[in-house]
Amino acid sequence: MDLAVKLIVFLPLLAAAIAGLFCRVIGDRPAQFVTCAALLAAAVLSCWVFVRIGFGPADQKLVVVKLSTWIGSGTLDVDWALRIDTLTAVMLVVVTVVSSMVHVYSVGYMAEDASIPRFMAYLSLFTFFMLMLVTSDNLVQMFFGWEGVGLASYLLIGFWFDKPSANAAAIKAFLVNRVGDFGFALGIFAVWMLTGSVSFNEIFAKAGDFAKMNIQFLGMELNALTTCCLLLFVGAMGKSAQLGLHTWLPDAMEGPTPVSALIHAATMVTAGVFMVARLSPLFELSQTALAVVTLVGAATAFFAATVGLTQFDIKRVIAYSTCSQLGYMFFACGVGAYSAAMFHLMTHAFFKALLFLGAGSVIHCLHHEQDMRAMGGVREKAPQTFALMWVGTLALAGIGVPVILGHGLGFAGFYSKDIILEAAFGAHSTVGFVAFWLGILGAFMTAFYSARLMFMTFYGKYRGDHHTWDHAHESPPSMLIPLYVLGLGAVFAGIVAYNWFVGDSWQAFWGKSIAIASTKEILHHAHEVPLWVKVLPLVMALSGIALSYLYYVKSPDLPARTIAAFPSLHRFFFNKWFFDELYDRLFVRPSLALGKALWKKGDVAIIDGVGPDGIAAGTQGFSSVLSRFQSGYLYHYAFAMLVGVAGLVTYFLLAKG
Amino acid sequence: MMAVGLGHYLALAAILFTLGVFGIFLNRKNVIVILMSVELMLLAVNINLVAFSAFRGNIEGQVFAMLVLTVAAAEAAIGLAILVVYFRNRGTIAVEDINAMKG
Repeated sequence: MDLAVKLIVFLPLLAAAIAGLFCRVIGDRPAQFVTCAALLAAAVLSCWVFVRIGFGPADQKLVVVKLSTWIGSGTLDVDWALRIDTLTAVMLVVVTVVSSMVHVYSVGYMAEDASIPRFMAYLSLFTFFMLMLVTSDNLVQMFFGWEGVGLASYLLIGFWFDKPSANAAAIKAFLVNRVGDFGFALGIFAVWMLTGSVSFNEIFAKAGDFAKMNIQFLGMELNALTTCCLLLFVGAMGKSAQLGLHTWLPDAMEGPTPVSALIHAATMVTAGVFMVARLSPLFELSQTALAVVTLVGAATAFFAATVGLTQFDIKRVIAYSTCSQLGYMFFACGVGAYSAAMFHLMTHAFFKALLFLGAGSVIHCLHHEQDMRAMGGVREKAPQTFALMWVGTLALAGIGVPVILGHGLGFAGFYSKDIILEAAFGAHSTVGFVAFWLGILGAFMTAFYSARLMFMTFYGKYRGDHHTWDHAHESPPSMLIPLYVLGLGAVFAGIVAYNWFVGDSWQAFWGKSIAIASTKEILHHAHEVPLWVKVLPLVMALSGIALSYLYYVKSPDLPARTIAAFPSLHRFFFNKWFFDELYDRLFVRPSLALGKALWKKGDVAIIDGVGPDGIAAGTQGFSSVLSRFQSGYLYHYAFAMLVGVAGLVTYFLLAKG
Repeated sequence: MMAVGLGHYLALAAILFTLGVFGIFLNRKNVIVILMSVELMLLAVNINLVAFSAFRGNIEGQVFAMLVLTVAAAEAAIGLAILVVYFRNRGTIAVEDINAMKG
């Protein structure tokens, strides 16, 4: 078990080192082989670990593998340790399976790229950091993984570094994440200040003592634990692109599509959800923090869906959908249904990676065309991609028949999204109701825009140029096989895992890895909601798809007429609620102006003007005055000497005389 | 008739010396004039030495004057030699053009 865990975490690192450091020596093929093999091995081992932990006896639900001591300074003790419980095991499977599929897919997708080994090395390096994040035993190690995935994300968004837009997007992602990471770091400091420890076991054991404690900050009386949780949640918001700190995610689509699938849909962006679930014993103690989590999640779910309705870039539509689905996960956490959030995280990873890789397949097919206005009718050219994309879309829209066979029957997203909405309804709180109704609206819009994507891409007549159309082709097997694997996940992940994640056996499955008390209550309520609550998401999803069909297949002039009817609303959605413009005004320009002022006035004018430049100019001026005395004419010197002598003689005469 | 005393000699020497000094400063033409002015100043000094020697009845001043004359002759020879070489190199001995030491 110990060895298996170590192998899972360090095989990707080893592969990344081999492919990254020796890429010029070993070439493209071996680099692809090494990284893919390492990831597939890690995926197989992860499944084994998952079975052992998830279905093992109750006293073997937690394995901690201590690697070494990292920091021992005073009372601060930080270990390198791998902590495997059910929560981690679920993440291990999700991360390694999706990552290995993306690795295999990249062999086909990046075949014509000039720097394949670098790409594969980055992917593997990312996987290592992500595994480090999910297996961490303490907050500091989690922060290490957290920053590591941020770095890998930066490198991969800017992978095509000769594209200025990719560089800008990479820097934007890095900077926006810094804001979140700052909050996370402050949260870690606060937790350490309160409990004197950063290790999960000790924090959870001591957290209860501080639930009622207040701290003074800038004259305000704050609940200590709420402050901690909110600071940590700021970190989660940054990484998981929640409303306010979401602006980097759509721009991150500048990276290659496999990166979008792996990092910006399936794994890294879910780190925030994982963190909240991991720290659920802490969040449980602060109702205020949970309410904030719920509201932010619900607002994001709604906001991102509205923006997704209007976008034309195929990858951006899916990116906003990711943002929206992450919102669902957060409000599930907020109402206490951590297991439901993790369930949605797992199913979402499969169907969203499937959608992204499918979109990549379309982009590959149409020779790097990403604008849906220049697509259409692609199903003729790529029938397998077409079918798989429908699977992903139906899973995302949450299509399934509720109630029958106990828990209903449908695609993966159906189970997880419905349990989240039911949990929000079953929470019987104000924020829960807000989240429920925003979630229902979001479900409608999700169905609409994902069906819109399908109709605009695969149906109707091709709208691009015919040269591209003639060369359009179905993707190679190396790209289709991962799609099939993920498609299997998108179909069956829900029905297979329902019982363990949120069904009858959830307690035996999760063990102590998430907060039990409130989950027990909320799942109980969730299963007992009225029938209309269970049926409403399906009605919404079906009507969304039907409306989309009407808009984009039946009468294609309807979208234009709708836009003409609500021009300002469309402009508002199409420009992403003007968040980028707002931030540009609020933060970017003032900091640029401040930087310029400090540069021109502070640095150049004062420091340089008085310091080095001033002294140099003074010396120069003085010496040029002095050099005027050096006329070079001999008689001037002689005259000076004579005046001197005369002066001396006069002095001695007068002084002595 | 007024007797010619020490004061007259010294006044003559002072006038000669001042002439030499001004010859150096006011001369804008060429270097030979400077050499001549230096010569003039040396002669003024010599007159001083001889005058004092005669006035005090002491021969040493006149011996010194002989020494100064010799040195002046040597100096004039070297100075002129330098001038010739300088003219060969630069093609001019005008005072305005001799400013290689300008800072």
